[in-house]
Amino acid sequence: MITAIAFYVFTAILLVSAAMVVTARNPVHSVLFLILAFFNAAALFLIAGAEFLAMILVIVYVGAVAVLFLFVVMMLDVDFVAMREGFQRYLPVGLAVVTVLFAELVFVLGGWKFAPAAMSAKLSSTPAGISNTAAIGRLLYTDYIFLFQAAGLVLLVAMIGAIVLTLRDRKTSRHQVIRHQNERQPGDTLEMLDVALGAGIKTLGIYRPKPAPVPELEHAHEGHGGGHAAGHGDAHHTPEVR
Amino acid sequence: MLEFFHTPLGHVIVVFAQALALLVPLLIGVAYLTLAERKVLAAIQLRRGPNVVGPFGLLQPFADALKMLMKETIIPSGANRGLFLLAPMLTFGLAMIAWAVIPVNDGWAIADINVGVLYLFAISSLGVYGVIIAGWASNSKYPFMGAMRSAAQMVSYEVSMGFVIVTVLVCVGSLNLTDIVQSQNHYWFGFIPAWHFIPLFPMFIIFFISALAETNRSPFDLPEGESEIVAGFFVEYSSMSFALFFLGEYANMILMSAMTASLFLGGWLPPFPFAPFTWLPGPLWLIVKICFLLFVFIWVRGTFPRYRYDQLMRLGWKVFLPFSLFWLVLTAGVMMAFGWLPHGV
Repeated sequence: MITAIAFYVFTAILLVSAAMVVTARNPVHSVLFLILAFFNAAALFLIAGAEFLAMILVIVYVGAVAVLFLFVVMMLDVDFVAMREGFQRYLPVGLAVVTVLFAELVFVLGGWKFAPAAMSAKLSSTPAGISNTAAIGRLLYTDYIFLFQAAGLVLLVAMIGAIVLTLRDRKTSRHQVIRHQNERQPGDTLEMLDVALGAGIKTLGIYRPKPAPVPELEHAHEGHGGGHAAGHGDAHHTPEVR
Repeated sequence: MLEFFHTPLGHVIVVFAQALALLVPLLIGVAYLTLAERKVLAAIQLRRGPNVVGPFGLLQPFADALKMLMKETIIPSGANRGLFLLAPMLTFGLAMIAWAVIPVNDGWAIADINVGVLYLFAISSLGVYGVIIAGWASNSKYPFMGAMRSAAQMVSYEVSMGFVIVTVLVCVGSLNLTDIVQSQNHYWFGFIPAWHFIPLFPMFIIFFISALAETNRSPFDLPEGESEIVAGFFVEYSSMSFALFFLGEYANMILMSAMTASLFLGGWLPPFPFAPFTWLPGPLWLIVKICFLLFVFIWVRGTFPRYRYDQLMRLGWKVFLPFSLFWLVLTAGVMMAFGWLPHGV
């Protein structure tokens, strides 16, 4: 009974949020409704006993894909008025497409028949005694290993394509070379001096620059800037060793 | 009476009571973690830390909480109201629900599910939504920059974290957290604990550093980077909504420590199988391990400067990802070669 209630609740939320994805005015809200839809789909997987698929759905789609969706949608500066502009003009085309799709769906679903062996195959998908995850693993890495590898290759090609399209070596940008950074030794930049107690820096021939002249009272607001410049000068002159 | 607990309603009540028994100590732990952090940081910087409210400042967290409660919740006029209020609740709620699968002792988990690790991984990867939604709903530039940084950062570090988890799973052969802890329940030569952090030491380090990045802790606290973008994604938050973010962050730290302890440090198991160590009950051992990891979290914060953004990305994608992939293949190869794989494939 509880399962049935949960099923109807999750299905209802799933359908409503899926509808909201297309009808929400704000694209960010659309993506958030999409995430809600993913969640409820994951809950339906759980009810069906496919715990591994449910978790993977949340990890991959909600945890990674939708984050990037949201990332992109938030960065875009969408003009909502311009988006609504052509609504009247495109309405007939849209309705025609919808009608054709709906008719096709009616034809397909009207003639739908289960293959006789389908139900028994469905029942044996998770053998008794091993978990859902292990069952999927055994199937995926044995009978369907080539399809699995092919899917991986397709993703790899897509990834390389995306990198090739976006990677530009700008000559003007300066990259940090970590190796150079790590190869720096303290001896390259620092000199350790042994100063006798109380001798101070004068005995080593290090001289401080003369203090900047005190600005006159009439140029009170210039005086502030002058003080700054003197401060910078200070920093420049201090490292004159010997 | 016992019959009642097997009816659906009774079952709900039992789970509710279990959740309460876990979450109340957790929230008290969060409160004292904030105090511990201030005290440890103070000790690192040769200060005293909070010591005025109560003996040794022990009542400081409650004073802070009361102060937060008394303050006014300010919602910026340009903000998206609903999402602005949703974000802190999301962060806090996610930090709480992840605890459902953490086993505090043998069989003491609220939900001892088969895919416990995946559940934890899924919930921890959702934490980024609280940050992104907060940043966007605030309708202000610093929160938005914090949110964008966080989105990129969390997605990057999740990948290597996933590989580390897979490496542990190769050694265990189960996704159930209780099974993972039980698989570490033996001792080499009778006294060296067979915890995963010994054979998988590099993975343990990578996991811990990724956990720092995942919880937005220093040195990876770029999303809030106070010296550059004020307070990052929660600039506009005040009062309880800020407190929820704060509690969520600290609860996430404890969660990540509990996860590290379960995966690598043998969860509730004592370090040595003989007398003085076995006297302490399992949950206390788990708490000891969590406290140690939390101390390291704070120690790291007190020691290292913040990473620059490009260095952070480089570390995630160019160092951790290839290395964890390599170590995964190596582990699987060694296990295969010596026939140590669980299930005897």
